[in-house]
Amino acid sequence: MADEIIGKEEWMKALEGLKNAYTVFVPVRDGDFHTFMSMNGERVADFKYQNTRLSPKAVIYPRSERLFEYSLDPADPKAHILKESEKDYSPRAIVGIRPCDAHALEIVKRNFDNPEYRDPWWVQHSESTTLVGLGCSEPCSTCFCTAVGGGPFHEQGLDALIYDLGDRFLIKGITDKGEALLAKMGHGKPADASALQEAEELAARATKRLPASPSIDTLREKKINDLFNAPFWEEVAFPCLNCGTCTYLCPTCWCFDIQDEVLGKAGDRIRNWDSCMFPLFTLHGSGHNPRDKKVQRVRQRFMHKLKYYVDKYADGVQCSGCGRCVRYCPVNIDIRDVCERMNDYQSA
Amino acid sequence: MLKYTEKIQETAKRLLQDKQVDVFIAYGKGTVPMMNQPLLISSPDRVNQLYWDNFCGLNLCNYLTKRTGRVGIVANGCNSRNIVTHIIENQIKREQLYIVGIPCEGMIDHRAVTRAVNQKEILDIQQNGKTFTVKGVDFEETFAKEKFLQTNCAVCTHRNPVIYDELLGEQVEEQTGVSPYQDVEKVEAMDPEKKQGFFTRLIARCIRCYACRNACPLCYCPTCFVDESRPQWVGKSSDPTDTLTFHFLRAYHCAGRCTDCGACERVCPMGISMRQFTKKLNKDCQELFSWEAGLTLDQRPPLDVYRPDDYNDFIK
Repeated sequence: MADEIIGKEEWMKALEGLKNAYTVFVPVRDGDFHTFMSMNGERVADFKYQNTRLSPKAVIYPRSERLFEYSLDPADPKAHILKESEKDYSPRAIVGIRPCDAHALEIVKRNFDNPEYRDPWWVQHSESTTLVGLGCSEPCSTCFCTAVGGGPFHEQGLDALIYDLGDRFLIKGITDKGEALLAKMGHGKPADASALQEAEELAARATKRLPASPSIDTLREKKINDLFNAPFWEEVAFPCLNCGTCTYLCPTCWCFDIQDEVLGKAGDRIRNWDSCMFPLFTLHGSGHNPRDKKVQRVRQRFMHKLKYYVDKYADGVQCSGCGRCVRYCPVNIDIRDVCERMNDYQSA
Repeated sequence: MLKYTEKIQETAKRLLQDKQVDVFIAYGKGTVPMMNQPLLISSPDRVNQLYWDNFCGLNLCNYLTKRTGRVGIVANGCNSRNIVTHIIENQIKREQLYIVGIPCEGMIDHRAVTRAVNQKEILDIQQNGKTFTVKGVDFEETFAKEKFLQTNCAVCTHRNPVIYDELLGEQVEEQTGVSPYQDVEKVEAMDPEKKQGFFTRLIARCIRCYACRNACPLCYCPTCFVDESRPQWVGKSSDPTDTLTFHFLRAYHCAGRCTDCGACERVCPMGISMRQFTKKLNKDCQELFSWEAGLTLDQRPPLDVYRPDDYNDFIK
């Protein structure tokens, strides 16, 4: 399909129509910030936002997800046998996802869908979700997507991409999945040369606003032990509260914890987001905790994103430059600074 | 408030050079507007990194817990009250501390400022005494500081440090005639069902990141009850019952100890009005025990003391 142009009002109406075929997640203003929610009569999409407070990762990877159910009733012949919980894999669409958050899902995919392991729930949620991106015309001052292999109008991970041209949207189908969604919305007019040029200029302007730093070019050649034993970790970690703000707001943090919850004679096995900032994260059954100090946990977060991942996958860092942790860390620990320190570090 | 920066730097330099303290804890200027970073320095060469303005709304007492050695620390009214509480609760010794007192005229609520410019990104902020000016890509606006105080600062009656070794400025006038508990009274008037609804809505956005707990100097248990796994006390999922359990229990652990410093509310990434949980308990302590936390080293907090002559009947 050629790129299309559609008036914003018309587009919003078409979006309403999409609800028949998809559960549509859109940015919704919720008090002081925007957050992705499924559209219903009360929740109206609002595309006037820089980025949402929480990334839309929860649509594919819920904060708490029931995986299995079981019975503990001795009279039940199926007692103690795990039964997979019923899931809803009907089509979903995230409309308005920023390219950094789509890039982040590509990063997360490496963990949940690779030749070694395939997480059935993440993969099926991912496969049933269509990602319609909204190019980032006004990146925040804390954004650094271009420094980590992305861009405000990058298409990686997206099924379609929207360019905001003032009173109109230019819409670009990228994958078959994206084309199928756009076809359901009905067509606009084919984009003419001037609209295409306008879109190109918009992307160029936005890209220009983004910084070239932090540098990540020498992370890979550093020795793990040198970075691990670098002298700056105590200083980086001092202000840290060990809260989960950075990890829970991060679109690329994928760690989880599995819990059994029992009520009476019925039980659920639930997967919850977890955070390497929490002491419980690494507490062993023996009572030993290999990361019982704050500095160890803070180091782990940065080493995972900026070194272990880099070495393991040889394709950039585990960060899409969305800047959420920079803006919302309550004590202003800035991953851009830590990354520069790591990248610049020369062991004695 | 900016005038304190220079004084803090001078004082820290002197204390570190004279070896009166081993380390000095204060703030450094943050990398984004309206955010500052708690900073620990041990060399007088680094004092130029120290900073103070209207956005020092965390609680530095948090960094004192079980610290060894001699520590210099800046403290405004509420932070000093938490230091008192820390000393009473044996988390730090008075003789370890050199407290640099800062008379405070309240911190600015960063959320209220962002709200006033309709959530546009603020790129720069200039603070000029009673006003401040914020700038973004396509706007510049000046506001009066008194209209943008953190909600706890607006009702604060202990702006001057209650304990210090040195005061960096003239004492400021304490606010009088404030009614700090109007919001609590509204909740008190609700029937149980409405109260339940009120608190359920209050925490609807909670993501259980525990920033509120961890920003609070009162929360220093080696293992928090939510982290106990043998046995496990609280569910870990996003079930609202578990989330409410966490918030209520956390608040009750703060009863008679909370100084209403507002750090919990300031740090919440989801903008939850965290003080709604603790304020009722502060009010009760004031009404039932004439107690405000952290005002004196000579008295134990109400919930860890027993007096044979207690006038309450229920205890006899």
